[in-house]
Amino acid sequence: MPRRSDIQTVLIIGSGPIVIGQACEFDYSGAQACKALREEGYRVVLVNSNPATIMTDPDLADATYIEPLTVESLERIIARERPDALLPTVGGQTALNLAVDLHEAGVLDRYGVELIGASVEAVRVAEDRQRFKDRMLEIGLQVPRSGTAHTLDEALAIVAATGFPAIIRPSFTLGGAGGGIAYNLEEFREIVERGLDASPVTQVLVEESVLGWKEFELEVMRDRADNGVIICSIENIDPMGVHTGDSVTVAPAMTLTDREYQRLRDQALAVLRAVGVETGGSNVQFAVNPTDGRIYVIEMNPRVSRSSALASKATGFPIAKIAAKLAVGYTLDELPNDITRETPASFEPTLDYVVVKIPRWTFEKFPQADQTLTTSMKSVGEVMAIGRTFPEAFQKAWRSLEQGRMGWGADGKDRINPERLRERLITPGPERFFYIRYALQSGMGVAQISALTRIDPWFLEQLEQLVNLEGRLRAFTLQSVPADLLRQAKRMGFSDAQLAFLLGVSAEPAARTPDSSAGSPELQVRAHRKALGIIPTFHRVDTCAAEFPADTPYMYSSYESEDEAAPTNRRKVIILGSGPNRIGQGIEFDYCCVHAVLGLRAMGFETIMVNCNPETVSTDYDTADRLYFEPLTLEDVLNVVELERPDGVLIQFGGQTPLKLARALEAAGVPIWGTPPDAIDLAEDRDRFGALLDRLGIPAPAHGSATSAAQALEVARAIGYPVVVRPSYVLGGRAMAIVYDDETLERYMREAVDASPEHPVLIDRFLEDAFEMDVDCVADGREVVIAGIMEQIELAGVHSGDSACVIPTYMVAPEHVETMRRHTLRLAQELGVVGLMNVQYAMKDGVVYVLEVNPRASRTIPFVAKATGIPWAQIAAQVAVGASLHTVDDTLEVRYPDPALPARRYTLQAADQTQKYHVKEVVLPWARFSGVDTLLGPEMRSTGEAMGSGATFGEAFAKAQLGCGQRLPLSGNAFLSVNDRDKASLVPIARDLAALGFTLLATGGTAAVLQAHGLEVTPIYKVNEGRPNAVDYIKNGQIALIVNTPLGKASFFDEAAIRRAAIVYSVPMLTTLSGAAAAVEAIRALRDGQWTVQSLQERAGAAAPGRTT
Amino acid sequence: MEAVLVLEDGRVFPGRSFGAPGERVGEVVFHTGMTGYQEILTDPSYCGQLVTMTAPHIGNTGVNDFDPESLRPQVAGFIVRSYSDDYSSWRARGSLAQLLRDYGIVAISDVDTRALTRHIRTAGAMRGIIATTGEPIERLLARARQAPPMEGLDLTREVSCEEPYRWAEGSAPFGPAYGGPAPELRYHVVAYDFGLKRTILRRLVDHGCRVTVVPATTPPQEVLALRPDGVFYSNGPGDPAAATYAVETLRGLIGRVPVFGICLGHQLMGLALGGRTFKLPFGHHGANHPVRYLPTGRVEITSQNHGFAVDPESLPAEAEVTHINLNDQTVEGLRHTGLQCFSVQYHPEAGPGPHDATYLFDAFRSLMDARRAT
Repeated sequence: MPRRSDIQTVLIIGSGPIVIGQACEFDYSGAQACKALREEGYRVVLVNSNPATIMTDPDLADATYIEPLTVESLERIIARERPDALLPTVGGQTALNLAVDLHEAGVLDRYGVELIGASVEAVRVAEDRQRFKDRMLEIGLQVPRSGTAHTLDEALAIVAATGFPAIIRPSFTLGGAGGGIAYNLEEFREIVERGLDASPVTQVLVEESVLGWKEFELEVMRDRADNGVIICSIENIDPMGVHTGDSVTVAPAMTLTDREYQRLRDQALAVLRAVGVETGGSNVQFAVNPTDGRIYVIEMNPRVSRSSALASKATGFPIAKIAAKLAVGYTLDELPNDITRETPASFEPTLDYVVVKIPRWTFEKFPQADQTLTTSMKSVGEVMAIGRTFPEAFQKAWRSLEQGRMGWGADGKDRINPERLRERLITPGPERFFYIRYALQSGMGVAQISALTRIDPWFLEQLEQLVNLEGRLRAFTLQSVPADLLRQAKRMGFSDAQLAFLLGVSAEPAARTPDSSAGSPELQVRAHRKALGIIPTFHRVDTCAAEFPADTPYMYSSYESEDEAAPTNRRKVIILGSGPNRIGQGIEFDYCCVHAVLGLRAMGFETIMVNCNPETVSTDYDTADRLYFEPLTLEDVLNVVELERPDGVLIQFGGQTPLKLARALEAAGVPIWGTPPDAIDLAEDRDRFGALLDRLGIPAPAHGSATSAAQALEVARAIGYPVVVRPSYVLGGRAMAIVYDDETLERYMREAVDASPEHPVLIDRFLEDAFEMDVDCVADGREVVIAGIMEQIELAGVHSGDSACVIPTYMVAPEHVETMRRHTLRLAQELGVVGLMNVQYAMKDGVVYVLEVNPRASRTIPFVAKATGIPWAQIAAQVAVGASLHTVDDTLEVRYPDPALPARRYTLQAADQTQKYHVKEVVLPWARFSGVDTLLGPEMRSTGEAMGSGATFGEAFAKAQLGCGQRLPLSGNAFLSVNDRDKASLVPIARDLAALGFTLLATGGTAAVLQAHGLEVTPIYKVNEGRPNAVDYIKNGQIALIVNTPLGKASFFDEAAIRRAAIVYSVPMLTTLSGAAAAVEAIRALRDGQWTVQSLQERAGAAAPGRTT
Repeated sequence: MEAVLVLEDGRVFPGRSFGAPGERVGEVVFHTGMTGYQEILTDPSYCGQLVTMTAPHIGNTGVNDFDPESLRPQVAGFIVRSYSDDYSSWRARGSLAQLLRDYGIVAISDVDTRALTRHIRTAGAMRGIIATTGEPIERLLARARQAPPMEGLDLTREVSCEEPYRWAEGSAPFGPAYGGPAPELRYHVVAYDFGLKRTILRRLVDHGCRVTVVPATTPPQEVLALRPDGVFYSNGPGDPAAATYAVETLRGLIGRVPVFGICLGHQLMGLALGGRTFKLPFGHHGANHPVRYLPTGRVEITSQNHGFAVDPESLPAEAEVTHINLNDQTVEGLRHTGLQCFSVQYHPEAGPGPHDATYLFDAFRSLMDARRAT
């Protein structure tokens, strides 16, 4: 059946800000869907509140709306654009839920919008656990015994029948949020209450435990002619009980006979048909009893999912793209397999390699959080590795994670507590695989480890082979190790760094300079094995196990007998990606890498991407000309460089990941294009950078460093409290603290860090109540263009990545903006920046201080690009390969070195100034981590961001809040409780709230101050003062808005209880006064009525809304 | 123990032995299925072939009593990338290596199977030799070249049963979790054994057929004397064009009784209807081949294992092509309405592979019903 011609315009909904459980895999799927539908000639309207996505690039859709994902917002957009159809299956659960909401609100009917790809009925069956189970039983499939409860009592009645341990799953939540496993009644009560609360429909499923059963997922596609194919099977090595997003998984399934696999296949297709998924991709999860093969259907997602992204990358089959085409009427056999080009998409990929996915957690950011892995997902990102065998892929995946490990142990970095061995094996946690390694090493047999972990013995036996091989290697030195043993080790995935450790290689004396890795143990192993001819071979991901030639250069490395990479002789650039998503380095950097590719492709370069994150657009095989799915370690990157011999390598777009390799790559003779590594070093070396600032006369906060507690006290006293302290060897605000006195500083030095001469603690003067600003710029070595100046809403003390910010600045005086502009130009020139640079400023008492300079792509580049309408990362990439910048009045011109290429001009001023304020707001994962205080601080903890634009600051801020899922109240009770320093400044905010019609409630001290200023306030109790207290008010739904700034140690627990209650009961809460002031403006804008929506294309003056006929 | 695979064109793949010691020649082919090694190596259609598995890990689930497609391993030799002697499956009764050693099958692991597959893909299926004997390569090469080529080779008589037997076991005894009601056996089917797979027999039973299996050389009169509702023409090894006796037999059956053929049975059907067969460059061996059923347009994912195919141009007008392979457009199914016979090139019974084409057994049943009604 050909494409449908009765629809012209298709609306695609994205997944909003990155949160745990819904990450950049939906940028990948949405971007693919946009491309696929436009390729077919449809007009595409895209909505997503997340600016850091490729899908929200104006080039990907005909009308791109960076607007809140709410019914009101979507209705406005639908009214303007009048789409014929809505594709809700590529934007995660968010898009699916929103589509159902739009249907229920009558919006789809009102505007005649047809849902394609999934029907409301199918979504409901798949999402409502009870209906899903009923349907499964109807078609003769088995499901765990369970019941649905809306109250604790109902839940207790069910568990009496299903027994303990009991699984509790809230309905309609992301990544299983709010669920858990209860082993006793007390836990059961707690989890059920939490789950009922987390569920928007106050419903939980109480289920028979299948803990320890084997867990499989099948990725299925179906078309409207009822052709169904399985794209990939995925086996979770961690058995049932650990959320699949937190499980180490492998593709294809390893421990199934064909009969068992085919039963899963039959059932997966039956599930799709029973749920009523007519077209598209779905994911079906199964539990299989390891002792008798009994199969339970666990759940299905009637949409593209995180697992679909993994399956797409694992097989080369573009699930989202094909799903989009099926949604508009094609059948699978009408679509070609992109990889082979000769064969159709109606087939099932077959793999002759093994793929391993490992989640990336960031528990170090949430020390109070429970690290036990359960049915509620806690990881923020993942890596995928491809090898010819499971051990090889497993080792590659561990070193892809960038957690300082060079593989699965064997690197001298194990931190094992032998006394906790059994516990760590039994209770799943992020360290479990290292405890398994220890158990194998210490002679605990596979059978026993399997009994404790419930991991299938086949995997443990494969791991045992690694441990055994390691034992054999340890008997040798680099000189004595037999070549065939060395080759075998490489084939099993051991990294050079692991081999260096196992073979006892020490650094060559001459090489012990801090900034060079030449002669490092790892490079000695490399040189030695290369001399023996042990070099990697590259193979193609071809969907067909080599049965047909692969047209697409999507490669992975192994150590086999022939290389299939076939590098070209074109002018080429390697772009190093940003690895796994993590807090502090997320999708923003993938956005930058993809733009670097786009910019360089436009200049005729062959672009080569190296990355290991399966969720991203950068690892789509059609983003760069060539894709190497490889770990971003020195060894793996050098392998690609030595094979491809690129003209240059770009390292400034992938965040810290490639930057960490800069020196070593340079030392290995790799041509680094753009800002030289030395300039990056200079910016990061406090002494050198301090000297530069002194020479330029640019102020910075007083600073020093210390290697002992005594020295720290000395430095802090000299600088003057408060001070910001942090270890010198970590990034992203890790272990950073603001310290007000000697006592706290001593404790910090004692408990928080392990200072040493190699790793001093850095101490900076903390500029209290300072305004902070971020500036992004592009420089070509001579000329510098300011991309954007952002003012942060939160004051100094909150990590810039956790602060809301606004373009343009709205409180800073023009002369200070000018000072920042001047400093930025000077710094870029002095550092010799070629490409992007980000500078963080603080302003206090009329002085502009430089806090930090990062001569690389920053987290804010995508936001700035969306706010200004200029693809800064693309320009930076072009500049890095030799193009020059030129500004004339309000235009920016990029002139290419090749005169045959036309120069590109960008207008620095948006054509349409209706929406001139742009606010970026962040989302924080508090709801995932019970027991964690929700206070913002110098350590970054947000996972994602949303953008709001408006005619006023208030409108933009309000929309950014909505974009993050925060609905500010228009009326009700406002509860105020602030510290003494903030009390005076609270008065105007309270007055505004009262004027807007809010009733004010406040704790004693705060109430007294407000009353003294003539405001009508009802005092209420703090938590430790009596009942009813603030938390009771929150729980009773009597509070609509909270302003709570930290009071200090004494009331810590009191406040934490308030903040937790606010999260649980979804009451908007501001923990800074500047944030509160912004919220007041936002509420005013919302109350004033008509906020507007506008597409990026309109803003650029390129298009009017609605259909063009 | 070291082992080596030498191809007739001189290419050498070193590896390690994990089966029986010794040496065996055969035609080297590759199978792209990710599961089902036990079914594959016990499928008599692989007689005379050195089978390469493209899936890297083989042996993971050991071997069990239910999955074999015949009484013993049938491949000439087995070639894998990574063999797991440790296995994990609730149904396993032993290791793959032990089974291979018990039956004297040579097997080689640690082979760069991807390079081998790429080579065969481009150079075509070819003869080769697996040896664990440590003999010089030149002598092994010479022996590989002396092996008979697959074209023109009739292997059906080697693998066929010697005496007729009855079969009434369906798929249900797979395990306690897979029990199903036993069907009433309303039809009597005589199945010619050219290398018959057990899964086909089970599938026939699942569809209500009581089966009498007869040796390949059984004359048509003897079969008709058994008064079958239908005759099944089985899969099997070798060149169909060389099994002329089987083509003659089939000519004596079609038109008199409904006939269903699978794989070699399909090729023999093509020949019996007057067509020709030809050798494919490297054959179809896998579990992911898309086939279109032309009457409905539906696509089936199929299990395939064949080195020859029926040339559609050679077929008479009355023989209708019902199925085509979407990868290379080759013929995958035929029917002759007037003569009440049909056949498919692929394996609707699966074992290993997907179950998308089980409807063909229903079609056979319908044909038998129609015959009864007349």
